[in-house]
Amino acid sequence: MFFTSLLNSMPGAVSQGMIWGIMAIGVYITYKILDIADLTVDGSLCTGAAVCIVLIMLGVPAWISLLVSFIVGLCAGFITGVFHTTFGIPAILSGILTQLALYSINLHIMGWDQASFSRANLPINADKYNLALSSRYLRAFSFQNPIIVLLICILALIAILYWFFGTELGSSLRATGANGNMARANGINTNRTKVLALMISNGLVSLSGGLLAQYQGFADINMGRGAIVIGLAAVIIGEVLFSKVFKNFALLLLSCVFGAIIYYIVIQIVLKLGLSTDDLKLLSAIVVALFLAVPYWKANYASKHVKKGV
Amino acid sequence: MLEIKDVHKTFNPGTVNEKKALKGIDLKLEEGDFVTVIGGNGAGKSTMLNAIAGVWNVDSGSILIDNMDITNLAEHKRAKYIGRVFQDPMTGTAATMNIEENLALAKRRGKSRTLRPGITKQERNEYYELLKTLDLGLENRMTSKVGLLSGGQRQALTLLMASLQKPKILLLDEHTAALDPKTASKVLETTEAIVNKDHLTTLMITHNMKDAIAHGNRLIMMNEGKIILDIKGEEKKSLTVEHLLHMFEKVSGEEFASDKAILG
Repeated sequence: MFFTSLLNSMPGAVSQGMIWGIMAIGVYITYKILDIADLTVDGSLCTGAAVCIVLIMLGVPAWISLLVSFIVGLCAGFITGVFHTTFGIPAILSGILTQLALYSINLHIMGWDQASFSRANLPINADKYNLALSSRYLRAFSFQNPIIVLLICILALIAILYWFFGTELGSSLRATGANGNMARANGINTNRTKVLALMISNGLVSLSGGLLAQYQGFADINMGRGAIVIGLAAVIIGEVLFSKVFKNFALLLLSCVFGAIIYYIVIQIVLKLGLSTDDLKLLSAIVVALFLAVPYWKANYASKHVKKGV
Repeated sequence: MLEIKDVHKTFNPGTVNEKKALKGIDLKLEEGDFVTVIGGNGAGKSTMLNAIAGVWNVDSGSILIDNMDITNLAEHKRAKYIGRVFQDPMTGTAATMNIEENLALAKRRGKSRTLRPGITKQERNEYYELLKTLDLGLENRMTSKVGLLSGGQRQALTLLMASLQKPKILLLDEHTAALDPKTASKVLETTEAIVNKDHLTTLMITHNMKDAIAHGNRLIMMNEGKIILDIKGEEKKSLTVEHLLHMFEKVSGEEFASDKAILG
């Protein structure tokens, strides 16, 4: 009984994990490559969702709406980048500021047709509009199946990112995160590369927001709350489980997606075991805190161990 | 070539931590000059190099390279003209990137970075040959992460990177200070070879008076944010450590404080 119900929930967990996997790739770019924890994502996820749903309702094709979601995300990242580099605000606070501003903006985007110019939840009917993906086709054996749609999406994105980070510009972005002093000594404008990385990251996060809204059939002002934690969880789970095997950059990005899928499968299991959805965020926070602590403790233990041996 | 005119720099002005690091530096380097810089701790040696590199803006004065005023040029922009090797071997390279990627980044110093490939096959062959000249076996480890290299290997690599795109001036900020004596002398040999090959105009800070005398065609000594000695030509060639110490005491009116400089 338990296992059949769990098995039944797997396609949903996998496709949700894949959507969040794209988001996690965005987080990977800032957290791992740039070495900045960017909290903009909690806002830009919903911005991407809101923009996507509104555009589809206005008759714009779903794929083009997603592209616009991506571009809107670029803008969100740009603003955080300017806060950080031009205004000299610490990266974390820059992200929080943009995220907070986006809360109001997201309400307005979703309430574009309202007299109040504000709305916290915007549903979209999959029968009336042609969506790029929808959870209702989870069991369809066709190209409408969200898992297949997402698989194509993810492979294409990883291919593009793999190419990009191999270019001169992409390399300068990696160098910025690896060693800012070295990057500047070699003529790289690290302010510009930081802004660029934040833009690409939030572009991907917004894109995943657009996908998520279509998949679940609505955009909601709270859909991005704690997104950074889920993204980090996916990145860290992917790293812990696959870093020994995956060395290639494309595979490292793929491990973020695997991490997100595993995260959602685990969530499904604990939910089926009776955990309340109210407690999910608490659980996520604890899991991420522990995963972040373990490497630190390990390193501490190792250094003490060496000292004793001398 | 390089011209520094009356450069002043004070850190934390108006606070208890106020430090007048440069108090009117004047220096003119000729094309091909290899200048060694000595002086005690806090004399302003690194500060002078950082002023040239543009790590921050100076308070007053001007810095010119080839008669072009770079005083207010951003650090990454003047990097076009300047090659740098730092005291800490970690600073000059990107540890999480591999050897050839680091070289490829340095190869593009002063060029705009586009969507062209970050490294080409032709470059790899070029880097292979260049790494061979270091005689450290790095040519066979081109896809190894730089973080896996020893301090000496990283400094040798950074030297190669700094000279890959011929700089108008090479700044060496005690680049052998963090290395053991044997490695340090090997890196100094490499330095000589690279500087001589391209006739690079070079400023090299060292803590070691013997090295300062043995290398270069000119020696300057700094004390309390000023250049107090400038020795070149034949006088530089006949210099000894004792003579140098004596001159220091005469000019500054105090004893040279650093044992390391005398013994090292």
